[in-house]
Amino acid sequence: MSEPLDDLIDKLAAEGGRVRRLAPPMTRALIWLLVVAAVSALAVFAFADLPLFMSRMGDAKLKLELAGIFLTGIAAVVAAFHLSLPDRSSSWALLPLPPLALWIGSSGYSCWRHWIEYGPEGWSLGESADCFRMIVGASVPLGAALLLALSRARPLNPVPVTAVGGLGVAAIGALLLQFFHPFDVTFMDLGVHAVAVGLVVAGSAISGRFIRPPEPQASRG
Amino acid sequence: MAPEAKPSRGEDGARWAGLMASAQDGRQAEYARLLREIVPMIRAVAAHHHRTPDRVDDVVQDVLLTLHRVRHTYDPARPFIPWLVAVARRRSIDALRRRIRMDAMEIRDDTSYETFADPLANREREGREAADALAVALAALPRGQREALELVKVKEMSLVEASAVSGQSVGGLKVNVHRAIKALRAKLKGG
Repeated sequence: MSEPLDDLIDKLAAEGGRVRRLAPPMTRALIWLLVVAAVSALAVFAFADLPLFMSRMGDAKLKLELAGIFLTGIAAVVAAFHLSLPDRSSSWALLPLPPLALWIGSSGYSCWRHWIEYGPEGWSLGESADCFRMIVGASVPLGAALLLALSRARPLNPVPVTAVGGLGVAAIGALLLQFFHPFDVTFMDLGVHAVAVGLVVAGSAISGRFIRPPEPQASRG
Repeated sequence: MAPEAKPSRGEDGARWAGLMASAQDGRQAEYARLLREIVPMIRAVAAHHHRTPDRVDDVVQDVLLTLHRVRHTYDPARPFIPWLVAVARRRSIDALRRRIRMDAMEIRDDTSYETFADPLANREREGREAADALAVALAALPRGQREALELVKVKEMSLVEASAVSGQSVGGLKVNVHRAIKALRAKLKGG
Protein backbone atom coordinates (compact mmCIF):
# COMPACT_ATOMS: atom_id res chain seq x y z
CA MET A 1 0.00 0.00 0.00
CA SER A 2 1.30 3.47 -0.88
CA GLU A 3 2.62 5.75 1.86
CA PRO A 4 -0.03 8.51 1.46
CA LEU A 5 -2.81 5.90 1.63
CA ASP A 6 -1.32 4.39 4.77
CA ASP A 7 -1.07 7.85 6.35
CA LEU A 8 -4.66 8.64 5.38
CA ILE A 9 -5.94 5.40 6.93
CA ASP A 10 -4.01 6.10 10.14
CA LYS A 11 -5.46 9.62 10.24
CA LEU A 12 -9.03 8.43 9.63
CA ALA A 13 -8.69 5.68 12.24
CA ALA A 14 -7.35 8.21 14.75
CA GLU A 15 -10.43 10.37 14.10
CA GLY A 16 -12.73 7.35 14.15
CA GLY A 17 -14.67 7.98 17.32
CA ARG A 18 -17.99 6.41 18.22
CA VAL A 19 -20.81 7.35 15.83
CA ARG A 20 -24.56 7.17 16.33
CA ARG A 21 -26.01 4.74 13.78
CA LEU A 22 -28.96 5.96 11.78
CA ALA A 23 -32.24 4.22 12.53
CA PRO A 24 -33.72 2.22 9.61
CA PRO A 25 -35.16 4.53 6.94
CA MET A 26 -38.73 3.28 7.46
CA THR A 27 -38.53 4.15 11.16
CA ARG A 28 -37.13 7.60 10.41
CA ALA A 29 -39.79 8.23 7.78
CA LEU A 30 -42.58 7.15 10.15
CA ILE A 31 -41.30 9.36 12.97
CA TRP A 32 -41.11 12.34 10.59
CA LEU A 33 -44.59 11.66 9.22
CA LEU A 34 -46.06 11.26 12.71
CA VAL A 35 -44.61 14.60 13.86
CA VAL A 36 -45.98 16.29 10.71
CA ALA A 37 -49.35 14.58 11.21
CA ALA A 38 -49.55 15.83 14.80
CA VAL A 39 -48.73 19.44 13.86
CA SER A 40 -51.07 19.33 10.84
CA ALA A 41 -53.91 17.91 12.95
CA LEU A 42 -53.56 20.84 15.36
CA ALA A 43 -53.72 23.32 12.45
CA VAL A 44 -56.72 21.56 10.90
CA PHE A 45 -58.67 21.39 14.17
CA ALA A 46 -57.89 25.02 14.89
CA PHE A 47 -58.58 26.60 11.51
CA ALA A 48 -60.45 24.27 9.09
CA ASP A 49 -64.20 24.10 8.58
CA LEU A 50 -64.47 20.42 9.52
CA PRO A 51 -68.29 20.02 9.19
CA LEU A 52 -68.07 21.30 5.60
CA PHE A 53 -65.16 19.00 4.89
CA MET A 54 -67.04 16.01 6.31
CA SER A 55 -70.07 16.80 4.18
CA ARG A 56 -67.87 16.87 1.06
CA MET A 57 -66.35 13.53 2.03
CA GLY A 58 -69.57 11.83 0.98
CA ASP A 59 -68.35 12.22 -2.62
CA ALA A 60 -66.55 9.03 -3.69
CA LYS A 61 -64.49 10.96 -6.25
CA LEU A 62 -63.11 13.24 -3.54
CA LYS A 63 -62.26 10.22 -1.40
CA LEU A 64 -60.27 8.81 -4.31
CA GLU A 65 -58.49 12.11 -4.85
CA LEU A 66 -57.64 12.41 -1.16
CA ALA A 67 -56.36 8.83 -1.11
CA GLY A 68 -54.10 9.63 -4.09
CA ILE A 69 -52.70 12.77 -2.44
CA PHE A 70 -52.28 11.09 0.97
CA LEU A 71 -50.53 8.02 -0.47
CA THR A 72 -48.31 10.16 -2.72
CA GLY A 73 -47.16 12.13 0.33
CA ILE A 74 -46.40 9.03 2.40
CA ALA A 75 -44.80 7.07 -0.45
CA ALA A 76 -42.59 9.99 -1.51
CA VAL A 77 -41.35 10.67 2.03
CA VAL A 78 -40.65 6.95 2.64
CA ALA A 79 -38.85 6.75 -0.73
CA ALA A 80 -36.74 9.83 0.03
CA PHE A 81 -35.51 8.35 3.33
CA HIS A 82 -34.55 5.13 1.54
CA LEU A 83 -32.87 6.95 -1.35
CA SER A 84 -30.75 8.98 1.06
CA LEU A 85 -28.77 5.83 1.97
CA PRO A 86 -25.95 4.64 -0.28
CA ASP A 87 -26.94 0.99 -0.54
CA ARG A 88 -30.66 1.34 -1.32
CA SER A 89 -31.99 0.82 -4.81
CA SER A 90 -32.76 3.87 -6.93
CA SER A 91 -36.06 2.11 -7.80
CA TRP A 92 -37.41 3.56 -4.56
CA ALA A 93 -37.93 6.75 -6.59
CA LEU A 94 -40.72 4.94 -8.46
CA LEU A 95 -42.74 4.21 -5.31
CA PRO A 96 -44.78 7.46 -5.36
CA LEU A 97 -45.68 7.15 -9.06
CA PRO A 98 -48.80 4.93 -8.77
CA PRO A 99 -50.49 7.12 -6.11
CA LEU A 100 -49.36 10.20 -8.07
CA ALA A 101 -51.18 8.80 -11.12
CA LEU A 102 -54.26 8.28 -8.94
CA TRP A 103 -54.00 11.89 -7.68
CA ILE A 104 -53.62 13.36 -11.18
CA GLY A 105 -56.29 11.09 -12.65
CA SER A 106 -58.90 11.78 -9.97
CA SER A 107 -58.22 15.55 -9.99
CA GLY A 108 -58.41 15.57 -13.79
CA TYR A 109 -61.72 13.71 -13.69
CA SER A 110 -63.01 16.19 -11.14
CA CYS A 111 -62.08 19.11 -13.42
CA TRP A 112 -63.67 17.46 -16.40
CA ARG A 113 -66.91 16.84 -14.45
CA HIS A 114 -66.87 20.44 -13.26
CA TRP A 115 -66.44 21.63 -16.85
CA ILE A 116 -69.31 19.47 -18.11
CA GLU A 117 -71.50 20.78 -15.33
CA TYR A 118 -70.63 24.47 -15.57
CA GLY A 119 -69.49 24.85 -19.22
CA PRO A 120 -67.01 27.68 -19.86
CA GLU A 121 -66.99 28.48 -16.14
CA GLY A 122 -65.08 25.27 -15.77
CA TRP A 123 -62.07 27.16 -17.11
CA SER A 124 -62.39 30.03 -14.68
CA LEU A 125 -59.74 30.77 -12.12
CA GLY A 126 -61.25 29.67 -8.79
CA GLU A 127 -59.41 30.36 -5.58
CA SER A 128 -56.18 29.48 -7.31
CA ALA A 129 -53.95 32.18 -5.83
CA ASP A 130 -54.88 31.05 -2.33
CA CYS A 131 -54.30 27.39 -3.26
CA PHE A 132 -50.90 28.28 -4.68
CA ARG A 133 -49.95 30.14 -1.51
CA MET A 134 -51.26 27.27 0.65
CA ILE A 135 -49.32 24.54 -1.17
CA VAL A 136 -46.07 26.51 -1.39
CA GLY A 137 -46.48 28.05 2.06
CA ALA A 138 -47.00 24.66 3.75
CA SER A 139 -44.24 23.05 1.70
CA VAL A 140 -41.49 25.50 2.68
CA PRO A 141 -41.37 24.69 6.44
CA LEU A 142 -42.12 21.01 5.77
CA GLY A 143 -39.41 20.91 3.10
CA ALA A 144 -36.89 22.54 5.42
CA ALA A 145 -37.71 19.99 8.15
CA LEU A 146 -37.43 17.11 5.69
CA LEU A 147 -34.15 18.41 4.26
CA LEU A 148 -32.74 18.56 7.77
CA ALA A 149 -33.84 14.98 8.48
CA LEU A 150 -32.56 13.66 5.13
CA SER A 151 -29.22 15.44 5.39
CA ARG A 152 -28.36 13.34 8.47
CA ALA A 153 -27.64 10.50 6.03
CA ARG A 154 -25.30 12.77 4.03
CA PRO A 155 -26.68 11.44 0.75
CA LEU A 156 -24.05 10.89 -1.93
CA ASN A 157 -26.48 11.78 -4.73
CA PRO A 158 -28.78 14.26 -2.99
CA VAL A 159 -30.71 15.82 -5.88
CA PRO A 160 -33.05 12.84 -6.57
CA VAL A 161 -33.47 12.42 -2.80
CA THR A 162 -34.64 15.98 -2.24
CA ALA A 163 -36.71 16.03 -5.46
CA VAL A 164 -38.68 12.96 -4.31
CA GLY A 165 -38.89 14.43 -0.80
CA GLY A 166 -40.19 17.65 -2.40
CA LEU A 167 -42.97 15.71 -4.06
CA GLY A 168 -43.83 14.31 -0.62
CA VAL A 169 -44.05 17.71 1.07
CA ALA A 170 -45.99 19.22 -1.86
CA ALA A 171 -48.49 16.35 -1.57
CA ILE A 172 -48.81 16.95 2.17
CA GLY A 173 -49.36 20.67 1.40
CA ALA A 174 -52.04 19.72 -1.14
CA LEU A 175 -53.66 17.37 1.38
CA LEU A 176 -53.86 20.17 3.95
CA LEU A 177 -55.33 22.38 1.24
CA GLN A 178 -58.27 19.99 0.92
CA PHE A 179 -59.39 20.92 4.43
CA PHE A 180 -59.54 24.60 3.43
CA HIS A 181 -60.74 24.13 -0.18
CA PRO A 182 -64.53 23.61 -0.01
CA PHE A 183 -65.14 23.38 -3.77
CA ASP A 184 -64.29 21.26 -6.78
CA VAL A 185 -61.17 22.18 -8.70
CA THR A 186 -61.43 23.79 -12.12
CA PHE A 187 -58.94 23.09 -14.90
CA MET A 188 -57.22 26.34 -14.04
CA ASP A 189 -57.03 25.31 -10.38
CA LEU A 190 -55.54 22.00 -11.37
CA GLY A 191 -52.96 23.82 -13.49
CA VAL A 192 -52.08 26.09 -10.59
CA HIS A 193 -51.81 23.08 -8.23
CA ALA A 194 -49.51 21.36 -10.73
CA VAL A 195 -47.34 24.48 -11.03
CA ALA A 196 -47.16 24.78 -7.23
CA VAL A 197 -46.18 21.12 -6.84
CA GLY A 198 -43.66 21.41 -9.68
CA LEU A 199 -42.17 24.50 -8.09
CA VAL A 200 -41.80 22.76 -4.73
CA VAL A 201 -40.19 19.69 -6.36
CA ALA A 202 -37.80 21.90 -8.38
CA GLY A 203 -36.94 24.01 -5.33
CA SER A 204 -36.29 20.86 -3.29
CA ALA A 205 -34.11 19.39 -6.03
CA ILE A 206 -32.04 22.59 -6.11
CA SER A 207 -31.75 22.57 -2.33
CA GLY A 208 -30.24 19.08 -2.65
CA ARG A 209 -27.17 20.66 -4.25
CA PHE A 210 -26.40 22.30 -0.90
CA ILE A 211 -26.06 18.97 0.87
CA ARG A 212 -23.91 17.46 -1.88
CA PRO A 213 -20.78 15.73 -0.52
CA PRO A 214 -17.62 17.83 -0.86
CA GLU A 215 -15.41 17.34 -3.90
CA PRO A 216 -11.86 16.07 -3.30
CA GLN A 217 -9.43 18.89 -2.50
CA ALA A 218 -6.74 18.01 -4.99
CA SER A 219 -7.00 16.17 -8.24
CA ARG A 220 -3.93 15.11 -10.13
CA GLY A 221 -3.73 15.78 -13.84
CA MET B 1 0.04 -29.58 4.37
CA ALA B 2 -2.68 -28.02 2.24
CA PRO B 3 -2.22 -24.30 1.47
CA GLU B 4 -4.34 -21.95 3.56
CA ALA B 5 -7.54 -21.16 1.65
CA LYS B 6 -8.17 -17.56 0.65
CA PRO B 7 -11.27 -16.17 2.41
CA SER B 8 -14.32 -16.10 0.17
CA ARG B 9 -16.19 -12.90 -0.59
CA GLY B 10 -18.92 -13.98 1.82
CA GLU B 11 -16.40 -14.52 4.63
CA ASP B 12 -14.80 -11.16 3.85
CA GLY B 13 -18.20 -9.49 3.93
CA ALA B 14 -19.13 -11.02 7.29
CA ARG B 15 -15.76 -10.10 8.82
CA TRP B 16 -15.90 -6.55 7.44
CA ALA B 17 -19.45 -6.10 8.72
CA GLY B 18 -18.17 -7.01 12.20
CA LEU B 19 -15.18 -4.70 11.87
CA MET B 20 -17.42 -1.84 10.71
CA ALA B 21 -19.79 -2.38 13.63
CA SER B 22 -16.76 -2.16 15.94
CA ALA B 23 -15.55 0.95 14.09
CA GLN B 24 -18.95 2.57 14.63
CA ASP B 25 -18.50 1.85 18.34
CA GLY B 26 -15.24 3.80 18.25
CA ARG B 27 -12.71 0.94 18.12
CA GLN B 28 -9.93 2.52 16.11
CA ALA B 29 -7.69 -0.54 15.61
CA GLU B 30 -10.57 -2.47 14.01
CA TYR B 31 -11.40 0.56 11.89
CA ALA B 32 -7.82 0.86 10.59
CA ARG B 33 -7.78 -2.87 9.85
CA LEU B 34 -11.05 -2.65 7.96
CA LEU B 35 -9.89 0.32 5.86
CA ARG B 36 -6.66 -1.49 4.95
CA GLU B 37 -8.49 -4.69 4.00
CA ILE B 38 -11.07 -3.00 1.78
CA VAL B 39 -8.59 -0.95 -0.27
CA PRO B 40 -8.18 -3.67 -2.97
CA MET B 41 -11.94 -3.86 -3.48
CA ILE B 42 -12.23 -0.07 -3.73
CA ARG B 43 -9.30 -0.07 -6.15
CA ALA B 44 -11.04 -2.68 -8.31
CA VAL B 45 -14.20 -0.55 -8.48
CA ALA B 46 -12.19 2.59 -9.31
CA ALA B 47 -10.15 0.75 -11.95
CA HIS B 48 -13.39 -0.09 -13.68
CA HIS B 49 -13.94 3.62 -14.42
CA HIS B 50 -10.41 5.09 -14.48
CA ARG B 51 -7.42 3.99 -16.49
CA THR B 52 -4.37 5.66 -14.97
CA PRO B 53 -3.00 4.49 -11.61
CA ASP B 54 -2.80 8.02 -10.20
CA ARG B 55 -6.49 8.66 -10.88
CA VAL B 56 -7.35 5.30 -9.33
CA ASP B 57 -5.31 6.35 -6.28
CA ASP B 58 -7.20 9.65 -6.11
CA VAL B 59 -10.52 7.83 -6.20
CA VAL B 60 -9.41 5.32 -3.53
CA GLN B 61 -8.47 8.21 -1.22
CA ASP B 62 -11.74 10.00 -1.91
CA VAL B 63 -13.75 6.82 -1.25
CA LEU B 64 -11.97 6.29 2.07
CA LEU B 65 -12.77 9.87 3.10
CA THR B 66 -16.39 9.41 2.02
CA LEU B 67 -16.73 6.12 3.91
CA HIS B 68 -15.43 7.89 6.98
CA ARG B 69 -18.05 10.63 6.57
CA VAL B 70 -20.99 8.25 6.01
CA ARG B 71 -19.96 5.36 8.26
CA HIS B 72 -22.96 6.05 10.52
CA THR B 73 -25.28 5.06 7.64
CA TYR B 74 -24.12 1.44 7.63
CA ASP B 75 -26.62 -0.88 9.28
CA PRO B 76 -24.78 -3.94 10.71
CA ALA B 77 -27.92 -6.01 10.12
CA ARG B 78 -27.38 -5.59 6.36
CA PRO B 79 -24.57 -6.96 4.17
CA PHE B 80 -21.44 -4.80 4.13
CA ILE B 81 -20.09 -5.35 0.62
CA PRO B 82 -23.09 -3.87 -1.28
CA TRP B 83 -22.86 -0.79 0.96
CA LEU B 84 -19.12 -0.47 0.31
CA VAL B 85 -19.43 -1.02 -3.44
CA ALA B 86 -22.33 1.47 -3.68
CA VAL B 87 -20.25 4.19 -2.01
CA ALA B 88 -17.15 3.37 -4.06
CA ARG B 89 -19.06 3.26 -7.35
CA ARG B 90 -20.88 6.51 -6.65
CA ARG B 91 -17.68 8.42 -5.86
CA SER B 92 -15.81 6.83 -8.74
CA ILE B 93 -18.52 7.88 -11.20
CA ASP B 94 -18.57 11.37 -9.67
CA ALA B 95 -14.80 11.61 -10.22
CA LEU B 96 -15.24 10.44 -13.81
CA ARG B 97 -17.91 13.08 -14.45
CA ARG B 98 -15.69 15.74 -12.90
CA ARG B 99 -12.84 14.65 -15.14
CA ILE B 100 -15.03 14.75 -18.26
CA ARG B 101 -16.30 18.22 -17.28
CA MET B 102 -12.77 19.49 -16.74
CA ASP B 103 -11.53 17.97 -19.99
CA ALA B 104 -14.37 19.67 -21.84
CA MET B 105 -13.39 23.05 -20.41
CA GLU B 106 -9.59 22.73 -20.62
CA ILE B 107 -7.77 24.22 -23.61
CA ARG B 108 -4.66 22.37 -24.73
CA ASP B 109 -1.62 24.38 -25.72
CA ASP B 110 0.28 21.87 -27.80
CA THR B 111 2.90 24.48 -28.82
CA SER B 112 4.10 24.61 -25.22
CA TYR B 113 5.67 21.18 -25.78
CA GLU B 114 7.47 22.25 -28.96
CA THR B 115 11.24 22.01 -29.15
CA PHE B 116 12.82 24.98 -30.82
CA ALA B 117 15.79 24.93 -33.15
CA ASP B 118 17.65 27.48 -31.02
CA PRO B 119 18.90 25.57 -27.92
CA LEU B 120 18.59 28.72 -25.80
CA ALA B 121 14.85 28.79 -26.46
CA ASN B 122 14.49 25.35 -24.84
CA ARG B 123 16.39 26.27 -21.70
CA GLU B 124 13.40 27.24 -19.60
CA ARG B 125 11.49 24.02 -20.31
CA GLU B 126 14.60 21.88 -19.82
CA GLY B 127 15.28 23.69 -16.54
CA ARG B 128 11.79 22.87 -15.30
CA GLU B 129 12.14 19.23 -16.32
CA ALA B 130 15.53 18.98 -14.62
CA ALA B 131 14.10 20.47 -11.42
CA ASP B 132 11.25 17.95 -11.48
CA ALA B 133 13.68 15.06 -12.02
CA LEU B 134 15.88 16.32 -9.18
CA ALA B 135 12.90 16.60 -6.83
CA VAL B 136 11.89 13.01 -7.59
CA ALA B 137 15.46 11.75 -7.11
CA LEU B 138 15.77 13.67 -3.83
CA ALA B 139 12.53 12.24 -2.54
CA ALA B 140 13.79 8.73 -3.27
CA LEU B 141 16.93 9.16 -1.09
CA PRO B 142 17.03 7.58 2.37
CA ARG B 143 15.97 10.08 5.05
CA GLY B 144 19.46 10.50 6.59
CA GLN B 145 21.11 11.21 3.24
CA ARG B 146 18.38 13.63 2.15
CA GLU B 147 18.58 15.51 5.42
CA ALA B 148 22.37 15.73 5.29
CA LEU B 149 22.30 17.02 1.70
CA GLU B 150 19.61 19.60 2.39
CA LEU B 151 21.31 20.98 5.50
CA VAL B 152 24.89 21.04 4.22
CA LYS B 153 24.48 21.77 0.50
CA VAL B 154 21.10 23.48 0.09
CA LYS B 155 20.92 25.47 3.34
CA GLU B 156 24.75 25.79 3.39
CA MET B 157 25.09 25.05 7.11
CA SER B 158 28.45 24.14 8.57
CA LEU B 159 28.91 20.49 9.49
CA VAL B 160 28.73 21.40 13.21
CA GLU B 161 25.46 23.32 12.75
CA ALA B 162 23.96 20.56 10.62
CA SER B 163 25.01 18.01 13.23
CA ALA B 164 23.23 20.00 15.97
CA VAL B 165 20.06 20.27 13.89
CA SER B 166 19.92 16.71 12.61
CA GLY B 167 21.44 14.79 15.50
CA GLN B 168 23.82 13.05 13.06
CA SER B 169 27.54 13.03 13.88
CA VAL B 170 29.88 15.20 11.77
CA GLY B 171 31.46 12.06 10.31
CA GLY B 172 28.03 10.61 9.58
CA LEU B 173 26.98 13.80 7.83
CA LYS B 174 30.06 13.74 5.60
CA VAL B 175 29.43 10.13 4.62
CA ASN B 176 25.72 10.78 4.00
CA VAL B 177 26.38 13.85 1.84
CA HIS B 178 28.91 11.93 -0.21
CA ARG B 179 26.55 8.97 -0.66
CA ALA B 180 23.61 11.23 -1.51
CA ILE B 181 25.52 13.04 -4.24
CA LYS B 182 26.73 9.73 -5.64
CA ALA B 183 23.19 8.33 -5.64
CA LEU B 184 21.75 11.46 -7.27
CA ARG B 185 24.43 11.46 -9.94
CA ALA B 186 23.75 7.81 -10.76
CA LYS B 187 19.99 8.37 -10.78
CA LEU B 188 20.05 11.49 -12.97
CA LYS B 189 22.58 10.05 -15.40
CA GLY B 190 20.64 6.84 -15.64
CA GLY B 191 17.47 8.88 -16.39
